[in-house]
Order: sequence, then C-alpha cells, then structure tokens
Amino acid sequence: MDFMTIIQILDSTMRLATPLLLACLAGLFSERAGIFDIGLEGKMLAAAFVSAAVAAVSGSVWVGLLAGMGASIFLSLLHGLASITFRGDQLISGVAINFLAAGLTVVIGQSWFQIGGRTPSLSGDGRFLPINWPFAEALSETPVIGGIYSELISGHTILVYVSLLIVPLSWYVLFRTRFGLRLRAVGENPAAVDTAGVSVIRLRYSAVIICGVLCGLAGAYLATGLAAGFVKEMTAGRGFIALAALIFAKWRPWHALYACLLFGFLEAIGNRFQSIEIIGISVPVQFMQALPYILTVVILAGFVGKAVPPRAGGQPYVKER
Amino acid sequence: MDKMPKWADVVLIPLINFALAMFVSGLVILAIGKDPIVAIKTMIEGAFYTTNGVGYTLYYATNFIFTGLAVSVAFHARMFNIGGEGQALLGGLGVALMCLWIDWPHWTIALIFAAGAAAVFGAAWAAIPAWLQSKRGSHIVITTIMFNFIGFSLLNYVLVNNLRPTGSMDPASAKFVSSAHLPTFHEMLAPFGIAFSKHSPANVTFLIALLAAVLVWILIWHTRLGYQIRGYGHSESAAKYAGISPHKIIMISMLISGGLAGMMAINNVMGEAERLVLNATEGAGFIGIAVALMGRSHPVGVVIAAVLFGFLYQGGAELALWQNIPRELVVVIQALVILFTGALDNMVRGPVERVFLRLRGGAS
Repeated sequence: MDFMTIIQILDSTMRLATPLLLACLAGLFSERAGIFDIGLEGKMLAAAFVSAAVAAVSGSVWVGLLAGMGASIFLSLLHGLASITFRGDQLISGVAINFLAAGLTVVIGQSWFQIGGRTPSLSGDGRFLPINWPFAEALSETPVIGGIYSELISGHTILVYVSLLIVPLSWYVLFRTRFGLRLRAVGENPAAVDTAGVSVIRLRYSAVIICGVLCGLAGAYLATGLAAGFVKEMTAGRGFIALAALIFAKWRPWHALYACLLFGFLEAIGNRFQSIEIIGISVPVQFMQALPYILTVVILAGFVGKAVPPRAGGQPYVKER
Repeated sequence: MDKMPKWADVVLIPLINFALAMFVSGLVILAIGKDPIVAIKTMIEGAFYTTNGVGYTLYYATNFIFTGLAVSVAFHARMFNIGGEGQALLGGLGVALMCLWIDWPHWTIALIFAAGAAAVFGAAWAAIPAWLQSKRGSHIVITTIMFNFIGFSLLNYVLVNNLRPTGSMDPASAKFVSSAHLPTFHEMLAPFGIAFSKHSPANVTFLIALLAAVLVWILIWHTRLGYQIRGYGHSESAAKYAGISPHKIIMISMLISGGLAGMMAINNVMGEAERLVLNATEGAGFIGIAVALMGRSHPVGVVIAAVLFGFLYQGGAELALWQNIPRELVVVIQALVILFTGALDNMVRGPVERVFLRLRGGAS
C-alpha cells in the first residue's frame, strides 16, 4: 500500500464518516434529552429523497436541503408526538418511522418521476460540489504535505466541513450553556427539571427538532453530496451504524467524531478491498461490514468500558397530579 | 382499572387503529393520483378471488404467524425482540444444512429435522442478545438490531464461500434434495378432489404455524412457565419476590422467541424457494412486530393479524401488477399500523375510554 492509496482511503473515510457523524450527533441530542431514537435511518432516508427530488425539480441544492430538513423535522415531530405527547413506546415509534420512510420514499418517488423509485440525476447547482481550497492545485505536487492538503483537507463539499464544525458546537451547546444543562438533566431526571419550573415537554420537543435538523443534513448530504440523486434504500443501514457510533461514543460529541471516523474508515476499507490480509490471515469483506455492529455489541456488553445511556432514556415523563 | 369492557380493549381499539392506518394509506394513494376504492378492490380480488391468490395470502400469513408469535412471546416477558429478521435468516441456514445433502426417506422426517435445525439456529441467534441483556444489562433492542446486520453478513459469507455451487454467480445455495420437498396445498387437497392452484406456494407449513400458535397459547396461559413469563413481564420486582429468576425468564422467553422466528424458514426456504437465497426473509421478521402489536400478543389475534398482513402483501403485489402502485405501499401500511397500534395507542385509547366512562355514567 503506497502513500497515495492511504491518502485516498482517508479521503473517502472523511466523506463516508460525514453522514454517520451528522446522524450520530442528531441521535446525541435526542437521546441526551431522554428520547431514544432508532428512527435515525428513516429520517435520513426521507431527507435524502426529499432533498434530491426538490433539488432536481427546483435546480437548487439549497432549496433541496431545506426541503429535506423539513421532511426530517416532520418525522421528528411525529416521533415527538408519539413519545412525548401521547407517551407511547419510543422504540416502536422509531421502528414505525423507519418503515414509513422506506415505503413512502419509493411510493412517492415512483409516481413522481417514474424511474423505479429513483430521482433524476443531479448536476451543477443541483448538487453540493467539492470546494477546492486555495493553492490545492499548485501544492498537489509537493511530497507528503501536498497530497494531504489537496486530497484530504481540500476538495470536500461544504457539508463535510459543516459537520466537523457541528462537533465543537454540539459540545459547547450541551456542556457550556444553560439550555444544554437542562437538556441533559431532562434525560437523566425529568422530575427535577420540572420541579425547577422548566418545561420538560418543550425541552424534549426542542431536542427532537434539533435531531430532525441534523438528520436532514445527513440525508441531504447522502443524496446531493456523496451521490448525485436518490436511489431506494440508499441509507443502507447508516442510521443504525450512527446509532452504534453513538453508543460507542458513550453519548459524547467528541467521541462521536472518533467513532464515526472509525466506522467511516472501516467502510472505506471495505469498499476498496475485497479481502484484507492482516498478519497472514485473510479477513473477508463481510466481516469488515459487520465489524461496526460487532464492536457495538462488545461495547454494550461492557467488556471494554461500560456504555451507560441517559437514565431517563426511553421513559415517557408523566407529570404528577 | 376497568375503564372499558374487555372486548373494547381487544377488538375495538385495534380495529380503530387499523382503520386509521388504512385511512391514511388511502390518503397516500389519493396523493399519488390513484383511486383508493379501486385499489382496495384490486387487493381483495387479487388476494381472495382465486385459489392462487388465497394460496399466496396464506403463504405470507404463515411467515407472519411465526414471526408474530416470536415477537409476542418476547413481549410477554417485556422484551422487545427486533431481531426476528436475523433469527429467521439464520433459521434458513439451519434448514439448508438439513436439506442440501441428506437424502431423507420421507418428507415428514425431513420436516422434523429441518424445523428442529431452524429453531435451534434461530434460538442461538437470540441467545447472545438475551444473555447480554440479563447478565450485562445491554439493551436487547439495540443488540438484536445489531445481530440482524451481523446475521446478514454471516449468511452472505456462508453463501458466497461455502454453499454457492461452483460456477454460479449469485449468492444462493444449490437446489435442495427432492426428498425434502414439502407438500403444497395443491398436492394436499388433490386427493379430496379439491382443485387448488398449482403455482401458489402455500404448503403444509401453514398447519404447523397454526399448531405453533396453539402451543404458544398453552404455554403462555396454561403452564407454570407461562405464568412466570407473564409475571416477570408485568413486574420484575414482584416476580423476583415470588422467587422467579429474571435470568431464567429472559433466556427462556428469548430462546422460544428466536426459535419461532427461525422456524419461519421451513415455510419460505424449505416450502417455497427450496434453496437458500440471500434475502430469503424479505422483511417478514419486522412484520412480526406489527402483527404482534395488532394481535395484542395473543395467539388468536396474531393469527388473524397475520392473515390480514398476508392479504396486504398479496394484495400489494396485485396493486403493483395492475394499478401501477409500487409494492412498497404495503410497507407504508405496515408502518402506519405499527405507528397507530404501537406508538400512538394512547391517542385512540384516551377518547374511547372517555366515551365508555360517559356511557356508564349515563346508565347508572
């Protein structure tokens, strides 16, 4: 493996980690507020479809992005309605949202565009295009640094950089603001927050809306940044990998970044090689694909540090009367 | 406690939920510029008017009875087993190992061994998440989701590297031995002079599924173990106080659940495809969730809900064929049923309870 191959793998790691990271941070906000969300996959898928469809029709990727975020927020509010207002089972609601998105995207997509549930291919302004940083061309010939700068740092779409900025932003919001403190408190002990005179309902709804915005970004990136249009089932389990990364990161923003980079790296390796030789043993590609899930089970099992979810996670809050 | 009569809880509320789901689905059909009335007519004709349609309906229903029972048994112990899909995939592997190389003297013997292998493989795939839940506190929902993906990768590996016949490109096993062929409804009914479509995949497994439903009913409501499972599901602390071991109940209920999900494979793998393909389950494991929710985790309810979903599946295929409405409409209906019966249950329950309270107030 030469230097350029390594750079290329790291480059695709960046691109593949971005949707995971955005979805993972989405789940972070929701679950820190005590709303379990296994519907990340569905929200991403809905956002991917709507953003690609609207971008194709309007010709503007930004309009598409807004529409995609709208779709994702709508599903988030549905999840909120079920799990906050009607105190239903959050896990069942998440399952329902995943299927709703999987079904609706194809049904609507097929009747709208008539090309087998896909959306028309996007080009030009309909897509997020790579941003080339200054001097990237000129420096690309420089050994080592040139490769890193022109391939790895430069040449990504804006959403990749945005997702990286959202990591410190999430950390700041969650751990350095009053809103963040309350949000985390509502995920640990909602009764205490209620006693302090702060609305549990409003906090939890804010959390699911933030989750919807971030899932919308993730889905839009998939369909308009990473690919050039929507194809059916295009999230392909990424929402669940993001969920796995969230557990892996033990519900912390910076660790979410590392976990998503790791899982993105695994995907990049799996895309590039059919089988990998590690110390003389050939590792099949299926094992690489399953590795994020296996690692998550190992982490959940508590063999490598214990992953403890927010204490009030999954339980609807019932105000005392 | 009894704000409304039992029949309202068991029959009325699921029916209202289902009607809501169908109503919203109708709106979806309208939104894509089709006629919902024509659509439902097409579905009913396609699913019930010919023996071929009935055969397909019952074939799908057989899958859903197994997965619905699987989710139900786990529900009674307050375990949410989303892993039915993975367990059914692995069950298929068990069936394939039994049916690929051994030449059976009679199909009944093949069926017993294949069903046993399917149950063991499915149960084994549920055993790890169950053990992790009870001993390490890992959330069963997350681990079973992860095991669905791991199971898919494992099956993919085994199919590509071990079971694929030489020279074949697609990841699927060879055809099963002919002695493992299960009688279809056509073959079973012919001696009685009843003509049943030759092409429908409905087979003897449907009867096994009904038998499984009866056995689950006996287990849950008429055995000591069933009592312990329900007791644990209602209150963990009360169950512990009564000397019921949580570890034992979690393990046993999940093993039964996984075994039932795995046994679905005798229908779709042994009865229909007669070889193991990659995506043999086609989401039936997940439909078990909707079926169990709608059937209120009771075997009778599960069987009825499974037939209903069998109808939706077969009807959905007809819609795709005649009305140019994609099959995925069924996934939308399934999602709405899960949403209304599972997550938004209180939305319907509240008003209905109030109506009954008012009626009772008026009567007294």
